[in-house]
Amino acid sequence: MSDKKEYPEVIDIKSADDMPPMPVSLGSMRTNKTASWRSIRPVIIEEKCKLCMICWKYCPEPAIVPTCPPTIDYDYCKGCGICIEECPFDAIVSEKEGK
Amino acid sequence: MKKVLTGNFAAAYGAAAARVKIIPAYPITPQTTIVEIMSEIVADGLLDADFVKVESEHSALAACIGAQATGARTFTATSAQGLALMHEMLHWAARDRLPIVLANVNRAMAPGWSIWADVTDSIAQRDTGWMQMYCENNQEVFDTILMSYKIGENEDVLLPTLVNLDAFFLSHTSQIVDMYEQKKIDKFLPPYRPKLKLDVNDPRAFGALTSPEHYYEFSYKMQIAHQRAKEVIREVGKEFSETFGREYGLTENYRCDDAEIILVSYGTIAGTTKDAIDRMRDKGISVGLLKIRYFRPFPEKEVCQILGRAEKVGVIDRAVSFGHEGPFFSEIKASMYGSNVPLYGFITGLGGRDVSISNIESMVSHMQDNEPSNLIWIGVKK
Repeated sequence: MSDKKEYPEVIDIKSADDMPPMPVSLGSMRTNKTASWRSIRPVIIEEKCKLCMICWKYCPEPAIVPTCPPTIDYDYCKGCGICIEECPFDAIVSEKEGK
Repeated sequence: MKKVLTGNFAAAYGAAAARVKIIPAYPITPQTTIVEIMSEIVADGLLDADFVKVESEHSALAACIGAQATGARTFTATSAQGLALMHEMLHWAARDRLPIVLANVNRAMAPGWSIWADVTDSIAQRDTGWMQMYCENNQEVFDTILMSYKIGENEDVLLPTLVNLDAFFLSHTSQIVDMYEQKKIDKFLPPYRPKLKLDVNDPRAFGALTSPEHYYEFSYKMQIAHQRAKEVIREVGKEFSETFGREYGLTENYRCDDAEIILVSYGTIAGTTKDAIDRMRDKGISVGLLKIRYFRPFPEKEVCQILGRAEKVGVIDRAVSFGHEGPFFSEIKASMYGSNVPLYGFITGLGGRDVSISNIESMVSHMQDNEPSNLIWIGVKK
């Protein structure tokens, strides 16, 4: 039996009573965003991108979405900067988060 | 149906009577026969369950966690170094609120390499969030395993339980155990049906990343669950008594009501202490026993009620918290804060050293003749 509706899909917690007993995602992991501590934001410059997808291969999360051109999923990107370092065409630049 | 069983057989038959579904286990002396019996019961088709052979105790508990998260009732058993290897997963099981039951045959930590009784292994797991209980005899082992599932699976609790039994004194010693009718057991302990579980048709992830915004509340809820568990332990103990005729609580009083001196102990030492008390009562010494069944949640209320009216209290520990004192003594002392009852902390029986009736009598005569002290070694060769 599913009790999915017992707790909200996106957790907006006012009190401990609203929470399930254990850290469980309600729905898939998609509802559990994990990028809150990112201090730098990688940004893809589309004109410079040659679609080599090296950034996608190197991203440890993986937060690079293999679209054409690639995009970054900022809900999960921790801002490690590996994509910026590995891009052979300097097509990804670092911006300070919260600017 | 009554049978003559060792503590290990009582643990295995208790788990089988609870109709566990998954048994991931790894052998270690003196627990090995629990694993052996469970594998035989499953292989003989006497229990509808899967026995999972794993490569270590860490993996055994990890497999329990995975299985329990899907809604299966699980059981495993271990001792000493094996429990220590499970340490990381003990935290995981408790914080994921999975009511797994683990039979731990209390064995001394190495080195020196020892297979004999000592509770340091389980005491070292104090803050993992598991409920911890200590058995005096094999009947209590069987009964406690049944009750632990019912207590742990209560929606207000959802916590795993470490059921502790002393190495050899229980694990390899035969006693009469009443195993009850399976029909009655099934009525007492219905199938495990958790509200939140792993289900491919309703995807969830357990134990996910938890930011400082939520982690604190999860810890708070664990503490609330432990506090509620005390009430649930009392209720389930009462229901057990109505069904099977044996009553259990967080503690047990033995000839405490009019006792001037009250001893506090747990596990098999509590049984020896009862005999010592009978002998001392015959000699006119007014002495009783408060047996602590649960170390976590700790029965502070019962401790204060019973011990508050004693003239002297002696705590008998089969472990020492190095650099401090006996672990149960510390809890009793903290619970008694503000009272003027003199407290004596005894250390005895480490590494399976026999604790005799005369040892217990010597503690009482020490209490009669000496000032209170937090750390008194009984029987140490000096």
